[in-house]
Amino acid sequence: MADTDFDIQYVANLARIALTPDEEAKLGYQLGDILGYVKKLEELDVTGVEPMAHAVPLANVLRADEVRPSIPQEAALANAPKQANGLFIVPKIVE
Amino acid sequence: MLHELTLSGLTAKLAAKKVSSREAMQACLDRIDAVDGQVNAFMSIDRDDALGQADAADAALAKGNTHAAQPLLGVPISLKDLFCAKGQPANCSSKILGDFLSPYDGTVVRKLRDAGAVLFGRLNMDEFAMGSSTENSAFGRSNNPWDLERVPGGSSGGCAAAVAAQECFGSIGTDTGGSIRQPAALCGCVGLKPTYGRVSRYGVVAFASSLDQVGPLTKEVRDSATLLGAMSGHDPHDSTSVPTDVPDYVAELGGDLKGTKLGLPREFLIDGIDPEVRAAFDAAVKQCEALGAEIHEVSMPHTEYGVATYYIVATAEASANLARFDGIRYGDRVDGDDPFSLYCNTRGQGFGEEVKRRIILGTYVLSSGYYDAYYLRAQKARTLIKRDFEQVFETVDALITPTVPAPAFKAGEKMDDPLQMYLSDIFTISCNLAGTCGISLPCGFTSEPKLPIGLQFLGKPFGESELLQIAHAYEQATPWHTERAAL
Amino acid sequence: MEYETVIGLETHCQLKTKSKMFCGCANQFGAEPNTNVCPVCLGMPGVLPVPNERALQLTTLTGYLLNCEVPRFAKFDRKNYFYPDVCKDYQITQFDFPSTTTGHVDFEFGDGIERVRITRAHIEEDVGKNNHFAQHSGVDFNRAGVPLLEIVSEPDLRSADMAYEYLNALKDILIYGGISDCDMEKGMVRCDVNISVRPKGEEKLGVKVEIKNMNTFSGVRRAINYEVPRQIETLESGGTLVQETRRWDDVAGITESMRTKEHAHDYRYLPEPDIMPLKPDEAWLAEVRSHIVELPLARKQRFVSDYCIPAQDADVFVGNVPLGGFFEKAVEGAKNAKAIANWVINNLQARLIETGTTVDELKFEPVAIRELVGIIDAGTISSKGGQEVFAELFENGGSPVVIVEAKGLAQVSESGELDKWCREAIDSNPGPADDYRNGKENAINFLKGQVMKASRGKANPQVVGETLAKLLKG
Repeated sequence: MADTDFDIQYVANLARIALTPDEEAKLGYQLGDILGYVKKLEELDVTGVEPMAHAVPLANVLRADEVRPSIPQEAALANAPKQANGLFIVPKIVE
Repeated sequence: MLHELTLSGLTAKLAAKKVSSREAMQACLDRIDAVDGQVNAFMSIDRDDALGQADAADAALAKGNTHAAQPLLGVPISLKDLFCAKGQPANCSSKILGDFLSPYDGTVVRKLRDAGAVLFGRLNMDEFAMGSSTENSAFGRSNNPWDLERVPGGSSGGCAAAVAAQECFGSIGTDTGGSIRQPAALCGCVGLKPTYGRVSRYGVVAFASSLDQVGPLTKEVRDSATLLGAMSGHDPHDSTSVPTDVPDYVAELGGDLKGTKLGLPREFLIDGIDPEVRAAFDAAVKQCEALGAEIHEVSMPHTEYGVATYYIVATAEASANLARFDGIRYGDRVDGDDPFSLYCNTRGQGFGEEVKRRIILGTYVLSSGYYDAYYLRAQKARTLIKRDFEQVFETVDALITPTVPAPAFKAGEKMDDPLQMYLSDIFTISCNLAGTCGISLPCGFTSEPKLPIGLQFLGKPFGESELLQIAHAYEQATPWHTERAAL
Repeated sequence: MEYETVIGLETHCQLKTKSKMFCGCANQFGAEPNTNVCPVCLGMPGVLPVPNERALQLTTLTGYLLNCEVPRFAKFDRKNYFYPDVCKDYQITQFDFPSTTTGHVDFEFGDGIERVRITRAHIEEDVGKNNHFAQHSGVDFNRAGVPLLEIVSEPDLRSADMAYEYLNALKDILIYGGISDCDMEKGMVRCDVNISVRPKGEEKLGVKVEIKNMNTFSGVRRAINYEVPRQIETLESGGTLVQETRRWDDVAGITESMRTKEHAHDYRYLPEPDIMPLKPDEAWLAEVRSHIVELPLARKQRFVSDYCIPAQDADVFVGNVPLGGFFEKAVEGAKNAKAIANWVINNLQARLIETGTTVDELKFEPVAIRELVGIIDAGTISSKGGQEVFAELFENGGSPVVIVEAKGLAQVSESGELDKWCREAIDSNPGPADDYRNGKENAINFLKGQVMKASRGKANPQVVGETLAKLLKG
C-alpha cells in the first residue's frame, strides 16, 4: 500500500478544492499520518473475501416507469447563484 | 417546569389537556432564550412557524385527534441541520450552502409531521456530519451542557446538547460512525442508531450513503422508541430502505433481562479506556447480570480494523456525495474565469478544514492506482467486520460495550490531531460498517467534573425492539437517566 | 506502406421510457429549459435515485437482440467528474458489472454480411445540456437523468463506410426492438469514435484518437474519412501520433485537437451505494425475452428465401414492419407471392402514404389482396379492373369477389357474346382485317381495341386476341 507518494496538490485538484499553501502543508501532513494508520489493513488476509458495498442484502429495488410531476422552473432555479432565461448560468465552458 | 418533562410525560399531559402544545412550544423557546446562549445548540429557529404548528396541533387535539393515531401530536421536536424540509434551510453547518432553501420535504420530515410533531429549529452539527465534537461547524461550536468548556460530541452534537439542556423534547440526528450515540453518551442522553434501511434517508443530506442512518436523541429510552416508531418504515424514494414491518416499539417495552444473553466483546475492553468509564461500564455489566442477563465474553477479532475501514469507506463515498456542492445550482458561489476555477474556489472557500481533509482522503483512496489497495481492501475488511457480528449474534442477543472510551473532552483539545479524534470512534464505528443497530444511554458519571458516561448496546439487524427492551430494562433499574445538567 | 484502419464505436442512445432513469420526470424532448426537472435530477442535497425498471428491461432486451450475455449480477457505479451539466458531479453508470456483455451485430456491407463484436451494452443516465453564449454558458437539466444505453463495440470496423453501415444496422435493431426511437434530430443517438491506423499485417493497435459526441452518422463517416488520412500522413511524414480526444468540426470538415486546459481525468468509479445490485431472476428475464423481435437482417433473409421475392422488395418490408406484416398475412397459401408483393408495395403503400393512414387503419383484410391477385391471375378481371377493385377496397373495404360482381367488372371469356363482338369488329373494319390476313400482324390490335370498346372493357383481352386470330385465319 503506497502512501508516501501522496500528492496533495494532484488530489485536491481532482476534488476541485483550492487549498492555500498553509492548508496544503497541514492537510498533507495530517493525511500522511492517517494514510499511515489505515495501512493497518494490509495485515488482514482478505483472500477470497467478497467486498461489501451495502449494509443490507437487498437486490432489484426498482420503480415502475411512471411519470410524476416535475417542479416549476422557478423552484428549480430558486437557489441558483446565477440564472437567466431559465438556465443555470456558469462561466463559459470551452469544449 | 414544562421543559423538564420527557416526551412521554408531555404527551400524557397533552392528551389529558393539562397542557397545550403552544405552552410546550413556548416553554422550549423560553428555555432556549435562557440557556442556548451558553449551549449554542440551535443555529436558527423560525419561532412564528413553530408556534403556528403548535396551534395547529392544539386545534387537532381539540378536534379529538389522539396520540394513538398521532403519537407525536403537539410535541416540539428539533432537527439536525441536514434534514430537508420544503422552504427551510439545510445548511449542514457549512458555509457552502449559503442561503439554500430546500425545494422538497424529506421522508423523515413528512413522517414526523404526519405523526403530529411540531418541528422547530435547526440544530448545530459538525459540518456535513464529519466530526466527533461539533467543533467543525462553520457557525461556531456547541457546548456540553454538563461542562460548557467541553464538547458535546458529534456530529449530532447540537441534537444531544439541546436534549440535555432540555430545549426540546427530543431531536433527530444521523449516525454514520457513532454520530448519534457518541454525543448522546457525552451529553448524558439516549441516542439510537437504527439498522441500516430502517429509516428512510430520502431528504437527509448524505455523508456516507452506505453508513448513514437517521435516529432519535431523547431523555429516556421510551421516548426514543416513540420517535423510532414514527420515523421507521419502507420508503419507495429510498432504494436502500428495507420493506419490513415496523413493530410497536413502545408497546413492546417493559420486559426484564431474564435469560437475555449479552455478549461482552473482549476486543472492546482495550487499554486506554478512561478508568472511570471502565468502572461505570463494569458496574453496568454487573447491574445487567443482577437483572437476570447472562454475560458471555465473545470475540470480534476484526474490531481493531474498524476505524481504518471506516475512514476509507466513509470518505470515499463522501468524496462523491459532496461533489454536488459546486456553486452551480445552489449554495454560495465563489466565481472563477472558467468552471474549473469556479469549482476550486467555491469548494476551497466553502468547505471547512475537516470536510476538505475527508474529501481529499476519499478522492485519493478511489484514485487510479490506489483503489484496490485502499478502497477495495476496506470493502473486504468490512465484510469481515460484518461477519464478526453475524457470528456473535448466533450465540448472544445483544452486545454490551462502552459507547466511548472517555468522557467529553475539552474544546480544542483534539482539533489538530484528527487521527486521535477518529480513534475515539472505535466502539461505535463497527455497528455502522455492519449495518446493525445500537443505542447509547447513561450509565453513570465521572466525579470531577461530573460528566456523563455512556453505555452502548448493539443489537441484531432489525432487532430495535429487543435492543430498546434491554436498554429500557437497564435504564429503569438505574437512576442515571433522571439526572439533568445544571445550567 | 499500406495501412489498416481500426475503428471502435461507443454509441449512446436514449431509451424509450415514459420517465427518467432515477426519478419520475418525463423523458420528453423540447420542453422549456429546466421544466422537466425535480430535486432528484437536479442533484439537490439529500435526494436518492430509484432505478426505472422499464429502462432495465430495455437494456436487457438490447442485450438479447445484440446476442449478448446477460449476467445474473449487475450493479450501478458512480463515475466522478466535475462538469456543469453533470448535476451531482458524478454520473450513475455501470462500470465493472454491466447488465449485458459480449455480443455481436451482423449487418450487410458491400456484397456480404459483416460481424462486429459488441463488448457490452450498459445503462447510464444522460447529463444536462450546455448552451453557449458570448460570455457565459447556461445549463438546462431537462435531459439530465434520461436513461441512456451505451453500446460499446470491439475495434472491428475497418472503414468509414463500414462504420456507417454498422450504425445504421444498430439503429434499425434498436427501432425494431422498441428500445429507442433513435431520432437523430432530437439528439437521441450520439457516438464516440475511436480511430487508429496500423501498418497492414501488424497485430499491435496504433495510437488511438477519440472523436467525441458525434450526433450524425454521416458526420461519423466524414470524420473518419478525414481522420484516417491525417493519421497516415502524420506517420508517413515521420511524425508521431498522440493519444488524444479530437473534436469534429462539421462545417470545416476537419478534426481538431481539444486543447482545453488539461485536467487529469480519473473517474474514480465506486459502487453506487444508493442503489442495490441487480440480480435478474429467470422469470424476469423470461418476461424480457418475450419481447425479442426478429432482427432486420434475419427478416430480410427470411422474406427472400421463404417468399422468393427480390431483395429490394424484402428491404421495403424490413423498413416498414407493419407493411411487411400485412404482406405476410396476404401471402399465406398464395401461389404468386411476387404479385402480392407488387400490389402491397406499389398500390397499398402508395395509397397509405397519399392518405396518411396506417396499416392498422385499413378497412380490408390482407386476404383481400390474395383474392385480388387470384382473380386477376385467373383472368376473372383485367389488371385494370384490379385497380378499380383495389380502389374500392381501400375506400370502403369488402371482398374483391363481391366488388367485381357489384361493379360488373368480370371479364367476358365465354365464346358466345365474345364471338359476336369479334365478328362485328371484323365485319365493320375490313381494312385492318385484310391487313392482318396479308401478314401485318399488328393490325389485330386495332380490332382488339374495337372489341374491348364494344364490351366496355369487360372482354378478356387474351381471349379476344385468340378469337380474332382464329376467325381471321379461319
